Amino acid sequence: MKKYDAIVIGAGHNGLTNAAYLAKAGLNVAVLERNAYIGGATVSRELHKGWTYTNCSYVCSLLRPEIARDLELPRHGLQVVPYGGGVTFKRDGGYYGNYYDHNRQYREMARHSKRDANAYERYTADVMKQTRLIRPFLLKRPPDPTSLKLRDLRDLTEFAGSFMEMGEEGLADTLKFWTKSVGDFLDEYFETDVIKAHLGGTGVIGTALGVYSPGTAYVLLHHYMGDVDGNVGSWGFARGGMGAVSGALAKSLLGYGGEIICDADVDQIVVKGGKVTGVALKNGDEIHADVVVSNLDPKRTFLDVMDAKDLPADVVRKAQNFKIRGSSGKLNIALDGLPTFNGLDKSSPLMLGDMHFSDSLQRLERAYDDWKDGTWSKDPYVDMLIPTQTDPTMAPPGKHMMTVFVQYAPPKIRGGEWTAEDKAGFEKSVIDQIAAQSPDFKDLILHCETRTPKEIEAEVGLTEGNIFQGELTFDQLLFNRPFPGYAQYRGPVGGMYMCGSGTHPGGGVMAAPGANAAREILNDLRQPNIVPGGYADD
Amino acid sequence: MSAKSDDTMMLTTPFHSRVKEACGLNCWGNWMGYTTPNAYEDVELEYFAVRSTTGVFDLTPMNKYRVSGPDAEAYLNRLVTRDVSKIRVGRVGYTVWCDDAGQVMDDGTIFHLAENDYRICAYARAIDWFNWAALGFDVSIEDETAEVAALAVQGPTSCATLLAMGLEGLDQLKPFGLTEFEFEGETLMVSRTGFTGDLGYELWIAPHKAEALWDRLFEAGRPFIIRPFGTDALEMARIEAGFLQAGVDFMPAEEAVRNGRSRSPFELGLGWLVDLDKPVFNGRRALLREQAEGSRYRFAILDVDGNKPAQHSFILKGGKQVGTVTSAAWCPTAKTNVAFAQIEMPHGAVGEELVAEIYYQRELHWTRVLAPCKVIESPVFNPGRRRATPPAGF
Repeated sequence: MKKYDAIVIGAGHNGLTNAAYLAKAGLNVAVLERNAYIGGATVSRELHKGWTYTNCSYVCSLLRPEIARDLELPRHGLQVVPYGGGVTFKRDGGYYGNYYDHNRQYREMARHSKRDANAYERYTADVMKQTRLIRPFLLKRPPDPTSLKLRDLRDLTEFAGSFMEMGEEGLADTLKFWTKSVGDFLDEYFETDVIKAHLGGTGVIGTALGVYSPGTAYVLLHHYMGDVDGNVGSWGFARGGMGAVSGALAKSLLGYGGEIICDADVDQIVVKGGKVTGVALKNGDEIHADVVVSNLDPKRTFLDVMDAKDLPADVVRKAQNFKIRGSSGKLNIALDGLPTFNGLDKSSPLMLGDMHFSDSLQRLERAYDDWKDGTWSKDPYVDMLIPTQTDPTMAPPGKHMMTVFVQYAPPKIRGGEWTAEDKAGFEKSVIDQIAAQSPDFKDLILHCETRTPKEIEAEVGLTEGNIFQGELTFDQLLFNRPFPGYAQYRGPVGGMYMCGSGTHPGGGVMAAPGANAAREILNDLRQPNIVPGGYADD
Repeated sequence: MSAKSDDTMMLTTPFHSRVKEACGLNCWGNWMGYTTPNAYEDVELEYFAVRSTTGVFDLTPMNKYRVSGPDAEAYLNRLVTRDVSKIRVGRVGYTVWCDDAGQVMDDGTIFHLAENDYRICAYARAIDWFNWAALGFDVSIEDETAEVAALAVQGPTSCATLLAMGLEGLDQLKPFGLTEFEFEGETLMVSRTGFTGDLGYELWIAPHKAEALWDRLFEAGRPFIIRPFGTDALEMARIEAGFLQAGVDFMPAEEAVRNGRSRSPFELGLGWLVDLDKPVFNGRRALLREQAEGSRYRFAILDVDGNKPAQHSFILKGGKQVGTVTSAAWCPTAKTNVAFAQIEMPHGAVGEELVAEIYYQRELHWTRVLAPCKVIESPVFNPGRRRATPPAGF
């Protein structure tokens, strides 16, 4: 029977990052993956010959450059290409676009409202103030406010310091950001519906809340706190799809002597005498290790692969109460050519970025109403991109691949399982919405992969198909992620750790939870810290 | 022509009508008296065209000299540090040329077009020195800068683009090879060369066919995601690829006023271009002496901690200044913070750990950091596709 120093469950990007650092530190590590392929939700697959889909996650900004550089991901084949542009099409045939150049952006906004164009500068500065507060904590464990340990006190002092530096207004803004709705927040800056809708969408992505639900302003901030090459708030594509991220992480891990075992479905984390001793697989095999790291979400970790009797009742209850609601689905489409969109030239740089059709916050809120009603949005919010306009590797020359993130889609349809008809209805609502602005779109479709929360849960393992491994609301952030008392990556059982997006700093392809968890594990094993801290913004 | 306009006004290249149309930012620079775009649409987008698809750069302003005549090879062998007899017809060679003190006057490429017929591309204007150095040789030296329009077509889909344009067999062209095609009744010369460190080609044609070439190229390149790029994007690419820029990373010897400000090839990390087995060439005696007595400086590529580019930084060892940075950039593909530095000997050997004293500004406020850095052996970007023949589709 094979014994490892550490086992990581789940070959998603955080599991691979965690394992890469443990292997780099000299540990004998294996990553166990349930699927026949690695990546989790950071995956590229060819489901239609000649086309590579970026099946789940589809854009990249939060991936920490410190980790990419340290684990030599570029050498292992990762290239992140930033994109600009972006457009929201209006029902009346017009649009609002997002330009690369600051002054061009100003003129585009001024076309809708000169005042909004000017207010955008205040908005940007206010958002950046908040990212400045959070970014230094991305590659740190969240300090425990009740701890008297030196490390926690030091981090808390630093946090309090940057907090106080913002002044009374800044403090008020911070609280606003963490508690307000994205709709209310945007209403404070802008008067134009389409501009608010364009900016507001990121406040609800992956979240089972509406644009007027408290807490969604933070989700917007979460989407601004990444960077591509130091440009905070910028987003990019991984060349070859997001599978390139997990592929490069895997090569890095293997390079450090780690192992990846696919088709290894973990049945249970084995606990003896209050300590983990390894894992039991569904096929009956047992693999031993003194350290077991779960990259699964908190519900799967504590309610599925761990036995309740091995856990404090308090943890089981917290896992049961953990908010991880499915709210989104995905369409990946192979296209025979670049679609035409009303009012836009095909060579417009606006098309290189995220495209949307919800032109008011009201429409976004109505889309949420359908979710509350237990069904998919009849007029959904989509975050649609065509990466093959800049990536030559994902479709044959002249052909295109479209990724359409769709909100909202509930995990169950009015309490029942998704049926084939439901799935077809969901797909139709999206395709009709796109086709309403693109006359040739339907004719260009060669293949479409439609994923409701049901498929995402079944294939990726995310509970309810929640893309962030738990909602990014203030009650589940920082020292509360996943729950108070367990936010520093250590589980309630000796040798058991968590490294997924359900831990600080949360979801998105960031690799920070995996790296932060590795730092804590190495610390417990009295190994030198080899996990990098964050670059300073200033 | 208006009263104010004459031949001394800023020039434009034969591609200007197309360049201007594509230059959405209207962001122009001055390259040797030619109006050239610093950026077209967005610098990063342009940089990534070079690294992920195909980027096109108008390099017409590059100084181009035609060297021909019975003594052309002998003359060039006397002029430059490399053994020119090893650059066969149909090949291109990168080289430097020195003054008699063994100091680099410029670097450039020699295109061997035919027997005793060469073209030299150079950063600095060189007609005076080239003629002066030609005393006693039966050669003709002509400045053909304005007579040849040139485009660099660079990036992983560049070969696919050019094949789609009808340049059949181009995929068989090896790095530093050159070949010719017929283009609308004119000769289109294509070399597998560039200044980006990626797969790439350079296209050379008579100016009156420039616009037609641009149009055909962009038409063919559309499915392969073609985009023009300006000098700002080129700057990022060349630093990542480890290429020196005359006037930035070294002072052309002829322009240096202050004693000691010029550099020898050895001091620029270009010793591999110096063939001391050649009996005679400009600067040989001085370079032999330098080889025996040691150089004053060493060229170093530094991997700098953190993400602040070490532009204009001092390089310290034990708190004492031992060098200065000439070029620096955060490299978006290699995800590395790179600097080129001139380090005083004996420092700067590969693996040596130094400190970069970096000054950077945020919202009008200057900050100083002392960033640890390490001398690395080779440039941070050097993909296999740069050398593969035939190249892959992307």
